[in-house]
Amino acid sequence: MEVIAALTVGGLAGIGMWMLLDRNLVRVVLGIVVIGNAINLGVITSGRFFGDHPAFVSATQVPAEAVNPLPQALVLTAIVIGFGLFVFALSVLKSVRVTHGITRTDVVTSVTEEPALDGRGDNGAEDDVVPRDEKDRA
Amino acid sequence: MMNFLLVAPMAVPLTTLVLGLLLRTRHDLVRIVSVVGAAALLVVGLVLVGLAASDVVLAGQLGGWQAPYGISAVIDRLSAAMVAITGVIGLATVVYGFKREGEAEVARDFHLFVHGLLCGVCGAFITADVFNLYVWFEVLLIGSFALISLGMGRRRLAGTITYLVLNLVATLFFLLSAGMIYSATGTLNMGELAMIFRSGDVPPGATMAVVLMLLSFSIKAALFPVFGWLPASYHVAWTPVSALFAGLLTKVGVYALIRIVTLLWPEFGQVHVVLLWVACATMLIGVLGAAAQNEVRRILSFHIVSQVGYMILGLALATPLALAGAVFYLIHHIIVKANLFFVGGIAARLTGSERLAAMGGLYATWPLLAILFAIPALSLAGIPPLSGFWAKLVLVKASLVDGFWWAAAVALVTGILTLLSMSKIWNEAFLKTHPQGEEAIRAVPGMRGNWWVVSVLAALTVLIGFGAGPVMSYAIAAAEQLAEPVGYLQRMTHAGGE
Repeated sequence: MEVIAALTVGGLAGIGMWMLLDRNLVRVVLGIVVIGNAINLGVITSGRFFGDHPAFVSATQVPAEAVNPLPQALVLTAIVIGFGLFVFALSVLKSVRVTHGITRTDVVTSVTEEPALDGRGDNGAEDDVVPRDEKDRA
Repeated sequence: MMNFLLVAPMAVPLTTLVLGLLLRTRHDLVRIVSVVGAAALLVVGLVLVGLAASDVVLAGQLGGWQAPYGISAVIDRLSAAMVAITGVIGLATVVYGFKREGEAEVARDFHLFVHGLLCGVCGAFITADVFNLYVWFEVLLIGSFALISLGMGRRRLAGTITYLVLNLVATLFFLLSAGMIYSATGTLNMGELAMIFRSGDVPPGATMAVVLMLLSFSIKAALFPVFGWLPASYHVAWTPVSALFAGLLTKVGVYALIRIVTLLWPEFGQVHVVLLWVACATMLIGVLGAAAQNEVRRILSFHIVSQVGYMILGLALATPLALAGAVFYLIHHIIVKANLFFVGGIAARLTGSERLAAMGGLYATWPLLAILFAIPALSLAGIPPLSGFWAKLVLVKASLVDGFWWAAAVALVTGILTLLSMSKIWNEAFLKTHPQGEEAIRAVPGMRGNWWVVSVLAALTVLIGFGAGPVMSYAIAAAEQLAEPVGYLQRMTHAGGE
């Protein structure tokens, strides 16, 4: 069982890393999810993954073949957090798509190298509102 | 009471956040609640510093389960100082960003997310459990993602994506290492881990897992060679957000590095040699990167990288003196760096640009701003008698005492190059005449809070400079606690409910 899990973790992590290196931002964000799930599975597996019974401790006895409940608790936390972050990443991705019309990583990151737009609105010269920004650019 | 104080650094921002959410339709009330909440966090921090200074180490188990099964939390001198400084920067940020033109919802969300982030930051400073540290990292990450993308905009979204992807990957590494540490040692309690590593009988795989964790912290702290995300994203955010990130966020990574390395490897060893080289490279590459930039906040962003190198230098030398230097540097740097971003924001507003080429004339028109820039800038470069001088003095002395003259040389050269960078901003933004003439420089209404923030932070810098004695003796005591955490270890693993 552990061998299968370990191989799955390795395979998923490899796929995820490959996707992270892709030029398409959609694939990069999905790659994070794949790696995240690989790591979740890895944490479950690394926490002494033996036993057939659920980790339910009754008042009288602890089942001898119970699994270790701690990694399950850890991974449950990680899954919840990871899901929230994934949804946020997707919404940012959508905004990037709407604003830039493209989701190529090299194009998007080169935008951060552009000179700052002048102006004194909104506590600082940095542009804050998309429409004005587009107008300045045109 | 003690138990309350232990969780207060997380409880206060969380309460503020919930109150703000309940009042979300009343934007004026949200702003007031936010400032009061940040002030309360500062008060809690100062109380904790007071307790820590009288040698009280608060320790306890969150949720009531006994260590090593429960989640331990410990506040020693370093943690207390970090909480207090978080309060200072949090308060400065919400006052600076008190009001914001444009969409009202964005202005309100800023206040809410700042407190979410402060909650995560304080949690990371207090926890004594590896997995719990991961959770606090995620809490502060969620807040920071929302803050950096606040208001959207073309450049900002692009910066957000860079920041998001790199930080998520770093956090995933951390999660993986936490799993591996648990697998190798059977514990996630930092105190118990420290005992295992100090006993010399380290289980196979444990060292590799911890090194993976250090890599994750290094990405968060923006150390060479994994600092690329920082100068690519910090300059795109709204000014107070940039300042908050510049002051606090990378320092959470530095804090985690200091905590783990001092706990697990108290003696100078292989890890320290690597850190020493990394520190020197970080100092030099950061300051050289800044030389190529021509926007205020992009220059300052590269300086964050360079300055983090100094703190890691102190950590790498591992003597009590060097650790004291690192702690002092941490306290000094957070205030100075956030202040420089605030001053840069005011300068950009007055001149109408943050590109150095389009700025100028501030020395003639706003001499007060020139002084308020000069104080943190000179402190950053390490000019006596400002706070940065003492921080650098101790670190250079510690390197020389240990015979690492080349590390001292790098630190000094970096100081000179920092001064060069600062004089570049000074010449371009303050001395030269504004390309569009003096009438182009004009105040925008609603900047009074901004001026208060930069004045108070500059005063703090001067205060730490002239009153370096008490701060340094606090830092030295904190370093002794880090180097010799005997009582600390016992408290961490055997402390009862209180």
